Amino acid sequence: MAKRIDVKDLDIYYGKFHAVDGVTLAVPPRNVTAFIGPSGCGKSTVLRTLNRMHEVIPGARVDGEVLLDGENIYASSVDPVQVRRTIGMVFQRPNPFPTMSIRDNVVAGLKLAGTKNRKELDEIAERALRGANLWNEVKDRLNKPGGGLSGGQQQRLCIARAIAVQPDVLLMDEPCSALDPISTLAIEDLIGELKKDYTIVIVTHNMQQAARVSDQTAFFNLAGVGQPGRLVELNDTEKIFSNPDEKATEDYISGRFG
Amino acid sequence: MPTSTLEKPAVAPAFQQVSLARKAKNGFATVLVWLSFLVAVVPLVWVLFTVIANGIKRLPFSNWWTEDFGEVLSDEVGGGVLHAIIGTLLQGVVCAVIAVPLGMLVAIYLVEYGRGKLAKTTTFMVDILSGVPSIVAALFIYALWVTTLGLPRSGFAVSLALVLLMIPVVVRSTEEMLRIVPDDLREASYALGVPKWKTIMKIVLPTALSGIIGGVMMALARVMGETAPLLVLVGYSAFVHWDIFSGEQASLPLLMNNERVTNSMNPGSVGFDRIWGAALTLVLIIALINLLATVFSRIVAPKKK
Repeated sequence: MAKRIDVKDLDIYYGKFHAVDGVTLAVPPRNVTAFIGPSGCGKSTVLRTLNRMHEVIPGARVDGEVLLDGENIYASSVDPVQVRRTIGMVFQRPNPFPTMSIRDNVVAGLKLAGTKNRKELDEIAERALRGANLWNEVKDRLNKPGGGLSGGQQQRLCIARAIAVQPDVLLMDEPCSALDPISTLAIEDLIGELKKDYTIVIVTHNMQQAARVSDQTAFFNLAGVGQPGRLVELNDTEKIFSNPDEKATEDYISGRFG
Repeated sequence: MPTSTLEKPAVAPAFQQVSLARKAKNGFATVLVWLSFLVAVVPLVWVLFTVIANGIKRLPFSNWWTEDFGEVLSDEVGGGVLHAIIGTLLQGVVCAVIAVPLGMLVAIYLVEYGRGKLAKTTTFMVDILSGVPSIVAALFIYALWVTTLGLPRSGFAVSLALVLLMIPVVVRSTEEMLRIVPDDLREASYALGVPKWKTIMKIVLPTALSGIIGGVMMALARVMGETAPLLVLVGYSAFVHWDIFSGEQASLPLLMNNERVTNSMNPGSVGFDRIWGAALTLVLIIALINLLATVFSRIVAPKKK
């Protein structure tokens, strides 16, 4: 569990459009890495390449390597389905499966992969829901639809669903941007706990959030209008927010951007 | 210190009454909307009323539902339309069994896999097919089934013609339903390490199922009322006939046409009662199918609570 990720010279394209240019970064295990930067700078795009979700979009492709504990997930022999099973993802908007109960949502990944044992699934569902700090709120209505939960609960349900398949890495794409401050706090607390077991990469627009939850922060920016996004600086979060190496980072963080 | 009214400056009110012109336009538009509503509804109610009023006479008798016309003379009161009900349902169900899986697979291809030329061509073909008049579909099947292959006219030939008419409707409605399944759900499933085909089977289809069932049943109701393929591709028989692959097989629209040709249509005559009775029976069957569609859709629809 909890593997490290090394990105080497990654170029990302949508068809002919060069979206992200030459990203190299390292994500240590049991650590939270935050991606910050203005809209359209490619941080979500980079995140999606880390578990090969990027290529779901027609025409999207990458050049370069993403190593998971030294193994290139873009090697031609690698099955993207297995990559995604190893590297889970939580999305911006909570997206529980509408036809499934809370319990079935949590174990959906396992059930669809072929696990049938009811008792085992029940245990995993409980463990994942406890892990996502949701168990106490839903334990009496596990068979009710997941769509009936509040937004914050739905997002924690999605986190439970992602960790139920026991991935090595958890990617989060602005997981709190659709949530109120209280639900956000709940998720942030959860991230703090999850990092004991998982390697976490989180994209966020909220710099306070990056400062609160992450150990290291990567700042992305556009080289210019119509040009690809690039990684400007990757540093310890404390350093990024107090004394960044790059002037562009400091400008962005202090609000003197654009 | 209390302020007197004199000290308050006179200010024109910020809001004014709705102008007369706007009231007039509003009234005119309201009347227009109501009038068009009435114009649209009156024929519907009229048709329904006529069918019920003329057709209700024979329906309460149990032999209407359990017997055929084989044992009664053409001007004799009695017998029933069981043979035609069986024909209509058999031909409709066989058509659905062929057309629904095909149509759904095409829709899945178009929504989930289709890119580029093949998808565009398919969409174009489906568009054309949906504009084909039923008589053309019937003649095509006649040319293929009877003339080229040398097979007999039969209920199955009718089903094949109905398949041509049903596929585009099924493709269209399924496609629409699949397209409104949010991509978020597909991505959520992929991100759990679920392969694409399983995502489609277990996430996308169940989410869209409620709407798909509705569309399929509507399409079925539609083709069950088709008449042209019946006239071209199968003969009428007054007996219950289960064999769909050969022989003459009655159906409700065919029965109506046959009675019209061979019998009197004067009000009060046997032919009149039979035709309108069959018409009402067909309307009832289709209404029942639509009702079932609604119930099924409700049952499988994603729930909130």
